[in-house]
Amino acid sequence: MAPMAVLKDATAIVGIGQTPFAKQLPETERALACRAILAALDDAGIAPDEVDALASYTMEETDEVEVAKALGLGDLTFFSKVGYGGGGSCATVAHLAAAIASGQATVGVAWRSRKRGSGPRPWKNTTVQLPTPAQWTRPFGLLRPADEIAMLARRHMHEYGTTRDHLFNVALACRNRANQNPAAIMYDRPLTREMYMTSRWISEPLCLFDNCLETDGALACVLVSAERARDCRRTPVYVHSAAQGLPAQHHGMVNYWNDDPLTGPAWTAARHLWKHADLTPDDIDVAQIYDAFTALIPLSLEGYGFCARGEGGAFTEGGALEIGGRLPLNTSGGGLSEAYVHGFNLITEGVRQLRGTSTAQVPGAATCLVTAGEGVPTSALLLRN
Amino acid sequence: MLTPVVDVDGAPFWEYAARGELRVQTCADCDEPRFPPRPCCPHCRSFDHEWRPLSGRGRIWSYVLPHPPLLPDYAEQAPYNVILVELADAPRIRLVGNLVSEAGARLDSVPADRIRIGARVQAVFTPEGLPQWVLERP
Ligand SMILES: [Zn+2]
Repeated sequence: MAPMAVLKDATAIVGIGQTPFAKQLPETERALACRAILAALDDAGIAPDEVDALASYTMEETDEVEVAKALGLGDLTFFSKVGYGGGGSCATVAHLAAAIASGQATVGVAWRSRKRGSGPRPWKNTTVQLPTPAQWTRPFGLLRPADEIAMLARRHMHEYGTTRDHLFNVALACRNRANQNPAAIMYDRPLTREMYMTSRWISEPLCLFDNCLETDGALACVLVSAERARDCRRTPVYVHSAAQGLPAQHHGMVNYWNDDPLTGPAWTAARHLWKHADLTPDDIDVAQIYDAFTALIPLSLEGYGFCARGEGGAFTEGGALEIGGRLPLNTSGGGLSEAYVHGFNLITEGVRQLRGTSTAQVPGAATCLVTAGEGVPTSALLLRN
Repeated sequence: MLTPVVDVDGAPFWEYAARGELRVQTCADCDEPRFPPRPCCPHCRSFDHEWRPLSGRGRIWSYVLPHPPLLPDYAEQAPYNVILVELADAPRIRLVGNLVSEAGARLDSVPADRIRIGARVQAVFTPEGLPQWVLERP
C-alpha cells in the first residue's frame, strides 16, 4: 500500500508580512522579526496569543524565547529550526505543516530576520571557520560562496554549453520583475545586457549581476489547518507538497567529492516533492526558485524536472522566465533584485501569486513551486490555491 | 594567507603533505578511498583505514578566478586561480588547489589563458606543506 500523503493540502498559508527592505535599516534584527511576524498575523486576522508553533533557520539570531515573550505569544507546543542557511527556507513551512497536520500545534509562524546589508559578511570571519570542509578549500583562496558555486557553474558551461547569456536571462527576468515591485531594492534600476556583460567580475565566470543583493529586512508567514484556513480573511494558499533533500554523499556548497557534483540536493527534494503531489512540472504556473546566484537556476530547473540534465541553460532562452513565458520566475525580483533574506521573500511572493495580488501577476496562477537554496541541503514547497 | 584549520580526521593528510607526500584516507577493509577524511567508511562501515600514497597526477575538472572583495592576502594576488583537480588514482576525489608556475609560486603565477579544463597537472608542495599543482606540459 502506498503511504498516505498526510500533508497534501492539509495546511494553508493564511498570512504574510514583511518589513521594508534596504541596504541598512535602523532597527535590530529582533525588532524587525517582531514587526514582520505581527504584520503576518494581522494579515491573517489571527491574534498573537493563538500562536503555538514557531519555525525558523538555525542561522536566525532571534530565538523562540525572544519572539514569544516580545509578542505575547501563547504556550508553544512546537518549535523547530532548520540548518544550512538558505536551504532551510521552505523547510520552516514544511515543519509547521507537519506539526499542524499531526496535531502538535494549531497556529504556526515561520520567519527570517536578517541584517545582511549592514551586518558582517560571514565569509570574512576567519576565526570561526569550520575545520570541515573549510580546511580543504579556504587556504587556496576559495573563500566565498560565490567562488564555490562558480566552480560548478564553470563545469556546467564546459559540459553543457551553458553561457553567460543564459545567466543574464536569469538576472534580467528577476530585475524586470523587481522593476514592477515598489518594495524591491532594485525597483527603479533597470538592467541591460550591456551592463551585465561589462560589469566587474566577482569570481569568473560569475560577475556582479550573478550575485544576490545584501539586504536588511524580515519576513514571516502564518500557517493553519486547511479547515481553519477556510474561515480566514485571505484566500488560503495550500501547502500541496513539501520536501527536504540531503542527497547521499553530498558535501554542501563544496560538493566536489562524489560521482556527480552537478546533481545536487534539488534532485532529492524534487523526487519527494512530486511523489506526493497531484501535479507535474508541466502543471506549474509560476516558480520562485532560490537565486543567491544566477547559476543556481539552471541547476534547479534540471533538478525539479522542468528540463533534462544539462538543458537548464538553454531552458532560459526565448523569454521562458518572463511573464508569459514557459515558467515565469521570481516574480517579486527574488534574491537577485528584490531582497536577499535567505529566500523567505520567495515564499511570500508565491503566496501573493496564488492570491492574485503580485505586482507582476501571472494571470490565473493556480500553482507555484517555491525552492530553497540549491547546492546545500535544501527544501521545497508546492503551493496551490 | 589562511592556513588549514585542521580537524582530527584531516590531520594525517596535512602531516604527509608537510613531508611532500599526497596521501588519501583509504578503507583498510574494502579498499575504497574517501575524501574528506572521516571516522567510518561509507561503503562497508569499517573504522579501520590507512593513508595511501597517490601518484600526484590529475586533471583540471573546473576552475574559478576570484576578484575582490577578498581577504587582503588574497586580494593582493587577485585575480588568481583556484582549480579543482580530479585525481588520476581516485577520480571521485577532486582536490581544491592552485595552479602555479613552480612550487611555492604566487597564486597568479600562471596566466589565466593557460588554464583549461582537462589539462593534466602534477602535485607539488610549498615549503609550508600546502599542496599546489603545476601543468604536466607547461
Ligand atoms: Zn570500507
